[in-house]
Amino acid sequence: MNFKSTIGLEVHFELKTKSKIFSPSPVSYGAPANTETNVIDWAMPGVLPMVNKDVYRLGIMVALATHAHILPTTHFDRKNYYYPDNPKAYQITQFFQPLARDGYIEVEVHGKKKRIGIHEMHIEEDAGKNTHGANGYSYVDLNRQGVPLLEVVSEPDMEDPEEAYAYLTKLRQIVQFTGASDVKMEEGSMRVDTNISIRPAGQKELGTKVEMKNLNSFDHVRRSLAYEEQRQQQVLLSGGKVQLSTRRFDEATGKTVLERVKEGDADYRYFPEPDIAPDHISQEWIDEIAATLPESPFDRRKRYVDEYGIKEYDADVILQTKESSDFYDETVKAGADAKLAANWLNTQINGYLNEKQVDITDIKLTPAHLAEIIKMIKDGTISSKIAKKVFQESIENGTDPKKYVEDKGMVQLSDVSVLGPMVTKIVDDNPQSVEDFKNGKDRAIGFLVGQIMKETRGKANPKVVNQLLNKELQNR
Amino acid sequence: MNYLNENIESLHKKLKNGDITAEELTQDTLKNIKELEPKLNAMITVVDDAKPAEDLDLSNELAGIPIAIKDNIITNGIRTTAASHILDNYMPVYDATVISKLKKAQMTIVSKANMDEFAMGSSSETSYFGTPKNPWDLTKVTGGSSGGSAAAVAGGEVVAALGSDTGGSVRQPAAFNGIFGIKPTYGRVSRWGLIAFSSSLDQIGVMTKRVADSAKILNVIAGADDHDSTVSTRQVPDFTKALGKDVKSLRVAVPEEYFGEGVEQEVKDLINEQIKVLEDNGAIINKVSLPHTKYVVPDYYIIASSEASSNLQRYDGIRYGYRAKDTKNLLDVYVKSRSEGFGDEVKRRIMLGSFALSAGSYDRFFRQAAKVRTLIARDFEKIFEDNDVIVGPTTPTTAFKIGSSIQDPLKMYANDILTISANMAGIPAASVPAGLVDGMPVGFQIMAKRFDEESIFQVADFIERNNKFYEKKPTGLED
Amino acid sequence: MEITKDTITHVAKLSRLAFSDQELDKFTKQMGDIINMADQLGEVDTTDVPETVQVVDRDTVFREDKPEHWESKEELMKNVPEKVDGFIKVPVIIDKDDNA
Repeated sequence: MNFKSTIGLEVHFELKTKSKIFSPSPVSYGAPANTETNVIDWAMPGVLPMVNKDVYRLGIMVALATHAHILPTTHFDRKNYYYPDNPKAYQITQFFQPLARDGYIEVEVHGKKKRIGIHEMHIEEDAGKNTHGANGYSYVDLNRQGVPLLEVVSEPDMEDPEEAYAYLTKLRQIVQFTGASDVKMEEGSMRVDTNISIRPAGQKELGTKVEMKNLNSFDHVRRSLAYEEQRQQQVLLSGGKVQLSTRRFDEATGKTVLERVKEGDADYRYFPEPDIAPDHISQEWIDEIAATLPESPFDRRKRYVDEYGIKEYDADVILQTKESSDFYDETVKAGADAKLAANWLNTQINGYLNEKQVDITDIKLTPAHLAEIIKMIKDGTISSKIAKKVFQESIENGTDPKKYVEDKGMVQLSDVSVLGPMVTKIVDDNPQSVEDFKNGKDRAIGFLVGQIMKETRGKANPKVVNQLLNKELQNR
Repeated sequence: MNYLNENIESLHKKLKNGDITAEELTQDTLKNIKELEPKLNAMITVVDDAKPAEDLDLSNELAGIPIAIKDNIITNGIRTTAASHILDNYMPVYDATVISKLKKAQMTIVSKANMDEFAMGSSSETSYFGTPKNPWDLTKVTGGSSGGSAAAVAGGEVVAALGSDTGGSVRQPAAFNGIFGIKPTYGRVSRWGLIAFSSSLDQIGVMTKRVADSAKILNVIAGADDHDSTVSTRQVPDFTKALGKDVKSLRVAVPEEYFGEGVEQEVKDLINEQIKVLEDNGAIINKVSLPHTKYVVPDYYIIASSEASSNLQRYDGIRYGYRAKDTKNLLDVYVKSRSEGFGDEVKRRIMLGSFALSAGSYDRFFRQAAKVRTLIARDFEKIFEDNDVIVGPTTPTTAFKIGSSIQDPLKMYANDILTISANMAGIPAASVPAGLVDGMPVGFQIMAKRFDEESIFQVADFIERNNKFYEKKPTGLED
Repeated sequence: MEITKDTITHVAKLSRLAFSDQELDKFTKQMGDIINMADQLGEVDTTDVPETVQVVDRDTVFREDKPEHWESKEELMKNVPEKVDGFIKVPVIIDKDDNA
């Protein structure tokens, strides 16, 4: 029997604001427990929420970037449930009238393009954090309470784990390029829940769905879905029934483990939030935000390949993160040759980042620095070899390349009146090499170039030295 | 200082002339409250160390005047309980916007007034701190939920008090105690710092013996606030400008449903007398109908309880308030703290609200109630197309005996039928004394268009000038 | 509409309230009466009638994204029944989504 899978994803992004969604408390990470809170975050008696405008702005950016229809009137609702990290015992979210509906993104899987629908996206508040102690107690920190979230709910359009993986990768890239979120799974600024059900091919109604929450990485998403497909098939083939349940992915075994069987949907008693007036989102405001929307990764790729003539593979490497793409664009803008810049970014800089395990935003080398280095190579001021030294210095210490080259006297020696006599002398001093050259041994030239480089401490322009040497040797 | 013969103007004069200092006024007030409290139980907390504002500016009429605050309004550093065991030790760390505004006007907060627990009730008998007594007859209820505020003003403990009104909680006790009480338009006064009962209905109001005193205080507490996104940003008019006017050509609507069979005949007669006075003075009286009146009580109980069930979830024993002892786990903390911390009426409303919002009930109860609310509001809009005010009795009866209705929730709920609509429609409404029936006060209710409190003050002031009810002294305090 | 003890028990669970058997009898009766009173609303024809969930004279009320620190964390912590090292201390949590 053949089975078809139906996969839907719910992705939470933390929106990048300075203050929380309903209170002016700062959004920050790693502060001591409960220090970034106020009476609103604590749900003290008598407090009221006040909506942060930027939360809408960032949400609208993502909606625009995913072709979603932004609702002209939105309203917040309450989702009621008790938990110590949820101080009001309700979460303010958008249930009945969300921010946007009916978006989509395009992915390419198995060599085919596919459009995956976005059912809706809404803004809501994050909860605080509970730390579970070993002594029968938990400890509550409300610093994260009220951090703004955007939840993007896909249509159940994905039919295998590869599509889910592609959707996530693309969605992350799109959101990242709007600048609305840091999209870091390891820091919790992007969180993924999945739903999967399977049904025999030909059957119309969907099977019973299994939910998996808080997956740690895209790879875990893919592996857990693949495992679930197999597991559910075996259950059905052996005459069993898939239980409506929540499961957890066990990294160590690569299996999913039952967490909880659900008897039905939880009763959250949603109702409209009476403390917040309705929000009308005008077309003028949407247009204003659209005008500030950074160029999408799709458009950037087109520009890199079509205008700059960069290989598609290299363009994709640059576009892996918005930061790297921004770095690249700024480097080109600062006057660097586009192809050389792509080379340097993808080899030298990425090599450094991998070796040091840091982000491009952490390094001291600026796009202006890189452009300077590339320009000096191009106009012959420094050799590629020297350039690497300069690069090393700049990336480690933030030293200005031009100044460094000048201070260290690294400017390439191209002057024929200086190099000419030097070449003549080296050739005189090495008759054996002249002999070898005459006998067709090309290595001889290499040896002689090396001698010149030694003499000039690497500063001689190899191109000029080669020309002079060839000429000199021909004449012997 | 006993306030039975005082108003803000007379007190201000005394302060200004130096007959009494603000310190003395505060001390006298505290002393008087302490003397009367054994009889009235109108207060939950008396601020023993209350002091008038420093650098008193006596060009401001409210400066140095003591005021009582209903105990569901948050006062920084003064215990605020909402009359509940679950908050009986709660010490706020911020001020409600109305408190900040009163402080700016240099009024002195002398006490926190008794009330129904979380403002849920019509008799103040659900208070964890005992039932306040009606100064006209100590065996009768003060009404509720702002019963302590009303009794304190009527009994002469203070000249003014703040209350809150979700379904009549300012107007009904004002009526029962023979004082003036106004629930402004929803959105006229910031709710920041008002302990939420039903967020879409709650509104802070003022209770005073004299109409003018409420106008003066409302002038101060009304207006825009950055903490409340449901409060209006409209300019606040000077409400005292509406005083001293006649009622010539004023269009007064009298709904037939407010004179139905549930309303006592003597109450109807007294109210009709007031209407006659308006008519005799040139007002145009129009008989009208509010066809959805019979649905306001069920509609109110669904909406108010639904919101309350959610608003009161934060009282969970985790971050503040009462936490039960001997708990095994988290669920235990929740269930025991709440079961021990809340009284029966609060539990009933939480249960009703949770039911109305729960899966399978939402459409039939909450959604239907929200639709009926629209129809109730439309009834009023229609009348206001051709009328300036709507008048009638505030309550169907005068104050009832303590203990007579508390065991029967439905009977208690029916009491609110005449006051609830104003909250549903978000319109301003007030109760001004009409007179006495069997020695107990009767309230005359005046409602107006949204943000037209001025018409209410105009009519109330006219009625007050005519019947001079304020000259009558409460009989229950005579020895 | 009949309100049974099971309904009341379910709603009590949602509300994080517990009742003794005796209380449960009383509450079931009272809640039944109240809910049946409320069920009168069903008589009203509300076809095409919009819902009113609030009566406000403004909309789209936003705050600028400006962070403000609350001055005293101690103040915020002072009403906490049990606390340790700046955390709120609570007994161990059983099951997050146990809302049924």
